Amino acid sequence: MNAMQKTLLLGDEAIAQGALDAGISGIYAYPGTPSTEITEFVQNSKYAKENHIHSSWSANEKTAMETALGMSYAGKRAMVCMKHVGLNVAADPFINSAITGANGGLIVVSADDPSMHSSQNEQDSRVYGKFAMVPILEPSNQQEAYDMVHYGFDLSEKYHIPVLYRITTRMAHSRSGVALKTPRSQNEIRMPDDLRQFVLLPAIAKRRYKNLLKDHSAFMEESAVSPFNHYMDGQDKSKGIIVCGLAYNYLLENFPDRNVPHPVLKIGQYPIPRKMVEKMADECSEILVVEEGYPVIEELLKGYLGRGLKVRGRLDGTLPRDGELNPNLVAVALGLHDTMGLAVPGLMVGRPPSLCSGCPHIDSFYGLSEALQDLTRGRVFSDIGCYTLGALKPYEAINSCVDMGASITMAKGAADAGMVPAVAVIGDSTFTHSGMTGLLDAVNDKSPITVLILDNGTTAMTGGQDSPGTGKIEDICKGLGVEEAHIHIIRPLKKFHAENVRILKEELAYPGVSVIIPRRECIVAIDKRMREKFKNK
Amino acid sequence: MKKDIILAGVGGQGIISIAAIIGYAALEQGMFLKQSEIHGMSQRGGDVMSNLRISHHEIASDLIPFGQADMIISIEPLESLRYLPYLSPDGWVITNTQPFNNIPNYPEIQQVVDEIHKVPHHIALDADAIAKEAGSPKAANIVILGAASPFLGMAYEKLEDAIRFTFGKKGENIVELNLKALKAGRIFADQHI
Repeated sequence: MNAMQKTLLLGDEAIAQGALDAGISGIYAYPGTPSTEITEFVQNSKYAKENHIHSSWSANEKTAMETALGMSYAGKRAMVCMKHVGLNVAADPFINSAITGANGGLIVVSADDPSMHSSQNEQDSRVYGKFAMVPILEPSNQQEAYDMVHYGFDLSEKYHIPVLYRITTRMAHSRSGVALKTPRSQNEIRMPDDLRQFVLLPAIAKRRYKNLLKDHSAFMEESAVSPFNHYMDGQDKSKGIIVCGLAYNYLLENFPDRNVPHPVLKIGQYPIPRKMVEKMADECSEILVVEEGYPVIEELLKGYLGRGLKVRGRLDGTLPRDGELNPNLVAVALGLHDTMGLAVPGLMVGRPPSLCSGCPHIDSFYGLSEALQDLTRGRVFSDIGCYTLGALKPYEAINSCVDMGASITMAKGAADAGMVPAVAVIGDSTFTHSGMTGLLDAVNDKSPITVLILDNGTTAMTGGQDSPGTGKIEDICKGLGVEEAHIHIIRPLKKFHAENVRILKEELAYPGVSVIIPRRECIVAIDKRMREKFKNK
Repeated sequence: MKKDIILAGVGGQGIISIAAIIGYAALEQGMFLKQSEIHGMSQRGGDVMSNLRISHHEIASDLIPFGQADMIISIEPLESLRYLPYLSPDGWVITNTQPFNNIPNYPEIQQVVDEIHKVPHHIALDADAIAKEAGSPKAANIVILGAASPFLGMAYEKLEDAIRFTFGKKGENIVELNLKALKAGRIFADQHI
């Protein structure tokens, strides 16, 4: 890139800048690596402030998706961002938004995390896109990441359909130069042409669904002429290569002059362009599919029986079945020379992430573990956040981490089974994301569970975003029906350890729902706050 | 000219600042750049690494292939060894020898340093001590950058300009401290190549 004409942006930032320049009126999200920086970029943008673009955090991905759909209903452009597992939370409104359709342009960004750098699985969002039958866009570099947002909003408004925008970790967190367009203005408020379009009563939903099925062939036509789907000819027809996302860069890396001898089909827009695939199948002896994530295209081409067309990729071991790709894996798949540096010396040890020194969770875990020490181990259900690190040494204080909010409901299920007491450990932000409804279930059943809501006043794991429940946690619990006598706010500090253990033991013995709120600010958040304060002086 | 650089350290040690300074200097010379970072969970006391690629030609991959990095620049000795599989046969390791010990099983530091000395091309320096001596104890990362400066394929002055740009907002004093740290690292490297 050239410094004179281009702006250096992370993939995430390029998407955010693209959204600003494409005329969004709002961005909705719950923080989640590797998607967080998209929304943060808009929050920090002067342009966004001046133009009143909504960007505050949502309580979870479902509320974010629904709010964005509401903005689209009103005729304005909206973007909603999440990490891949967030799309599970937002799946209900997402799938149904394909049936209602959009009014103002609507883009749903889902950031996949192959190799699970900071996630509990490596699910591929393209499967969701196919499930919902919406067009999918997938950039291979930062410039495309930017350009595709404009394009995606146009596509969305042309067909009144939400567009799924899929990225992966490396795309999200890699920086390069991007040439920007002139910003266009936001849409005016405009009611949907059909005021019953969003009423998914069966009679209307059936009609809308037929409409979606009909539009699917139009989406195929769009893919055939998309500027993001390219068929590049090559002399050596012994093999054709279908490639998408960052895998395209890994392919090119293996050809220093950038001339791949084989025909290459680069896919950036789905449904995949059928005619181009047919052309490759006709002229090449075999097809190598190089895709980041699940073998989505590969399975589609191979079919169930796998007879006929010779397709190579992740399913036959040409590439690994799991984990993210890299230039070396692609070299091996192409039968090219692989390179490797020196071996890592035998003395190497891991340096896993750990709770910060001074973290309030440390005191909470030591208190809880001591309160539980006379009971059989293995009764602490936990959740997603920094405190998940409590599973590791030296704490070894928790026994589960499944999905946002599952600590409370799993503890209830275990208590229903007779495992009493059962404990849930959940953070403040995770509690308001998906813990509150489970707590209501427990209250209604008077389940013998003890819930620790670790309140550090922030969404710490993703870098310290505002936590939607700050200042409201005990009121929420009271409102859900937890008895006031069994709600305790404690200070997770060494000097209160004995007192905290006593309270925990008492509540563990109580045969109903107790909530204990260890409350102390995240030390990283304090540090950040102090620096800001110092800077302003 | 093309340089593929692995930047390594522990979260909070300042590898992103080094990347920003080299990146700025490269862009000022009209070069292409790709930089892949690690965000999120890995920041919490864990190991961090960044792939920085600068070139006069367009860059394809966001990741540097194994066995092809021109250098590993590390602010922590153990971390410099973690990424050796990326290093090309002619590549350099430029690393701090002052350990960041936040794990219970950190190996004997002398053994770590011995392993660094086994790498054919290396510059190993106590950047913390040198930074302190230069009156800039917080700038160990910039000392390391100074020690890496002979290998970056760009004029030393370009890095100085980038430091002036990067730290300019923090005042002339901070700029000077960092320039001194850069120089101290450079002098060490010149004596040990």
